Amino acid sequence: MSPSAEVPVATAGVSRVPAGDALLQVRHLVKHFTVGGGLFGGTPGVVRAVDDVSFAIRRGETLGLVGESGCGKTTTGRCILQLERPTSGQVIFEGRDLTGLDQVALRPVRRRMQVIFQDPYSSLNPRMTVGQILAEPIAVHRLITNAARRRERVHDLLQRVGLLPQHADRYPHQLSGGQRQRVGIARALAVEPALIICDEPVSALDVSIQAQIINLLEDLQAELHLTYLFIAHDLAVVRHISDRVAVMYLGKIVEIADRRELYENPLHPYTQALLAAVPIPDPALEASRPRPVLGGEVPSPLNPPSGCVFHPRCPIAVDRCRGEIPPLREITPGHWAACLLA
Amino acid sequence: MALNPPIDRAPEIAAAPAPDGWLTVVTRFCRTRPLGAVGAAVIVLMLVVAALAHVIAPYDPVANDFGGMLAPPSRAHWLGTDAFGRDVLSRLIYGSRTALLVGFGASVLGATLGSVLGVASAYFGGRVDLFLQRVMDIFLSFPLIILALALVAILGNTIPNLILAITVPMIPRAALVIRASALAIREMPYVDAARAAGFRHGRIILRHMLPNVMAPYLIMLTAFLGQAVLLESSLSFLGLGVQEPMPAWGLMLRGAAVEFAEAAPWMAIFPGLAISLSVFAFNLFGDSLRDALDPRLRTQ
Repeated sequence: MSPSAEVPVATAGVSRVPAGDALLQVRHLVKHFTVGGGLFGGTPGVVRAVDDVSFAIRRGETLGLVGESGCGKTTTGRCILQLERPTSGQVIFEGRDLTGLDQVALRPVRRRMQVIFQDPYSSLNPRMTVGQILAEPIAVHRLITNAARRRERVHDLLQRVGLLPQHADRYPHQLSGGQRQRVGIARALAVEPALIICDEPVSALDVSIQAQIINLLEDLQAELHLTYLFIAHDLAVVRHISDRVAVMYLGKIVEIADRRELYENPLHPYTQALLAAVPIPDPALEASRPRPVLGGEVPSPLNPPSGCVFHPRCPIAVDRCRGEIPPLREITPGHWAACLLA
Repeated sequence: MALNPPIDRAPEIAAAPAPDGWLTVVTRFCRTRPLGAVGAAVIVLMLVVAALAHVIAPYDPVANDFGGMLAPPSRAHWLGTDAFGRDVLSRLIYGSRTALLVGFGASVLGATLGSVLGVASAYFGGRVDLFLQRVMDIFLSFPLIILALALVAILGNTIPNLILAITVPMIPRAALVIRASALAIREMPYVDAARAAGFRHGRIILRHMLPNVMAPYLIMLTAFLGQAVLLESSLSFLGLGVQEPMPAWGLMLRGAAVEFAEAAPWMAIFPGLAISLSVFAFNLFGDSLRDALDPRLRTQ
């Protein structure tokens, strides 16, 4: 499906990936947001949006990052892009830690790492034509200084994402959602990146358009040797596009494994519940199978539970889970889970 | 080399709505907001009068005629003459130049500088925002006219200084409004995309954020126009604005109201009417424009 055949898709976690093989390494990433407080207000609260997250992405692979809304997956993406400055931890991209770099030092790195956003309606500047949107990063990074050749490149980019050269003169509001998302992809490709953070790139699209965009992303990956961090909450989409999948819950990665392994043999009770919630497209089978439903709500990241953050909702939790924070450990080769009982 | 069959593109190429021409926009504005259209018409009339002042004014606005002082309105002098025998109508016509020059100059400058500050404040956030906002608060704690008076007193009362003195108190007012809009723009993914692309702060502020606060900018601009005209008249009336013998409405009112209110009321009535009418027109137009541009009131 994707070009990762040349890279053996086996080992998974952080330590097992040889340094030279990993395009991106995230080490103990923490992002806390302070809320409330202020000059006269009470004690400020701390939202632990991302709490000690570590993973690696190899060149050419797609890592799916799933989890429900508010679990910190988007914040993780933004921290990697340095749109948010991490509270602590490292983001090592192409061998350099980005967390200490200032805006000027980051500029060449930004060329190598791009982003596709969820909402195709607000991710394009409404006052610029598609051509201007695509030409601007090429001009700013001085990739092509000749205006006429830049226009050629814009047309080439448009065709690459399945649009027509005429679309260059259109404003975003004259395009459909799927077309806009194609423009968003073309903009990411304009600076010839190695890594693209796809932040729920299809969640806002119709199902028929979703498939087209997913296929486009896969074709582009094969052709341009791209690496994706694919953030989504749609398990079916993630299963389709990912080589490996990481599952996040309340700011932490609870499980990370090869796609097939994770979907067929989930070790963490949260992953198991998540997969069980996916409906089976067969009414008879769907009605007959047992469906464990998680009780309770996701706790507030303002005040996460002690020990394992999942223990208040976990069907198999024991006393030990209340006091001990489970480390992400390799249960079987390449299959990591943060559960004391796994 | 289309890699996927782009199913969703073909029909929509034709279906894309053509952007409205300006004539359509103007017609729609006049039909839906007649009061605003009246205001706009008065503004246009003022602009024409100011531009053609040297053609339409029947007399030289600064020529004294000591034989015909304080003459009431007549066939020769439609609006009468003042204490120096100068034609009131001609002075009114030339006075519109002063009013519009100072009005447009100050409000364009004030709204523009205020917008840049407001957008920058919203974009950088944190300490920069806090500092800028407190400075703005200090300026906002003075009434418009007090600040303008102080500035004119310090700088001296030439026309450029007058524009500057009216611009400065406008800046924090514009910055406040624009900052509020810019805070929403700041969170837009296209601003994140610009940051992720490694663009400089200046480029993001000027190319990606400022154009997207155009609607509140225009609203501020028209709201300021009336205020600036009024402020210029007030300063001139107080003797700190435009100086004799240059024709300006506030100045004409000053000479008239102090000494000749009973003997020659036409000297006060007509410049007073001119000031009221122009400020009223600017405000009418500004209000309608706000209603037309404010997306929250729009049905689309």
